[in-house]
Amino acid sequence: MSCAAPDQNLPAVAAPGATLIEGIISASGEPVSGAYVRLHDSTGEFTAEVVSSDAGAFRFYAAPGTWELRALSPRGNARGEVTAEVGVTTTQLVLA
Amino acid sequence: MARTDVLVSADWAEANLQTPGLVFVEVDEDTSAYDKGHLAGAIKLDWKLDLQDPVRRDFVNKEQFEALLSAKGISNEDTVVLYGGNNNWFAAYAFWYFTLYGHRDVKLVDGGRKKWELDSRPLSDAVVTRPATTYVAQDQDLSIRAFRDEVVASIGQKNLVDVRSPDEFSGKILGPAHLPQEHSQRGGHVPSAINIPWSKAANDDGTFKSDEELAALYGAAGLDTSKPTIAYCRIGERSSHSWFVLSELLGQQDVKNYDGSWVEYGSLVGVPIELDTAK
Repeated sequence: MSCAAPDQNLPAVAAPGATLIEGIISASGEPVSGAYVRLHDSTGEFTAEVVSSDAGAFRFYAAPGTWELRALSPRGNARGEVTAEVGVTTTQLVLA
Repeated sequence: MARTDVLVSADWAEANLQTPGLVFVEVDEDTSAYDKGHLAGAIKLDWKLDLQDPVRRDFVNKEQFEALLSAKGISNEDTVVLYGGNNNWFAAYAFWYFTLYGHRDVKLVDGGRKKWELDSRPLSDAVVTRPATTYVAQDQDLSIRAFRDEVVASIGQKNLVDVRSPDEFSGKILGPAHLPQEHSQRGGHVPSAINIPWSKAANDDGTFKSDEELAALYGAAGLDTSKPTIAYCRIGERSSHSWFVLSELLGQQDVKNYDGSWVEYGSLVGVPIELDTAK
């Protein structure tokens, strides 16, 4: 059993029927590592949080629907919305 | 019990990194963050390797805990100052765990590793070793640990606080969304449980909300402060966070953490489960 997020650098394969949200967080075209990226559901409820990888990557195992992403980092913050479907949905976040 | 007895700020921690009698301990499941950089002088504990029995699903026993702390160089007289990632989930778990084995003085760094990093405070990659001690633990204080039979017997009797996300509570998903879906056999929650997600007790930077905000949060959710309380989540770490809030910050009496939590309960044969399809 685990509860910490898996290594965000590792590639992931979506199991049949699973819904993955994957993305990159960047600033001025450069990936941002060590950002705290949160997934909130359509009511604004916190669902999960991961720390972006060296390549700025983050990943959530979610469900189909609309989600909000919020990121905090020492270099700035970011917000975004993503509509996920079964399979892999990719998105991007850019620090303000 | 005052908030300042159990919770210290990042400012306080940074100013006291070298203070004798304090042992800073980073607690995580994935200790690679510690290896890259940690509070200067802090040692690490691995939530799984150090604190879980390697074979049975249970904690290390008293003798193993004594051996662990002795080897890590923690003495009974030391003040243990805990912090970690994941919004201090595992540090709060360790706080509860140290309390379970009777450690006298334990504190949590408010906001943990996240707040520390967001503040761009200094981290060290120096290897930390402390001279071994002879640590003596107490028998587990079972007044703060609940087991499954007590949970079943508490349905409709005690406050049952499910601190998972609303989707986990309703049975829509079985685990947090940063994890592959796996674990318990069935989704849902213990009948009569109220859902107060752990995250509502924390600010975005991982620090705890004020006592006033926390009291209002649990009051509005229907916690009956005249009754005993059992908190649970999926495997017992998020509920340690809420146990800390209820027991240590708000001073609620008779609060237990059910560390078996949903992974155990949702796999038991024959126990009642409630689904919430309204949400």
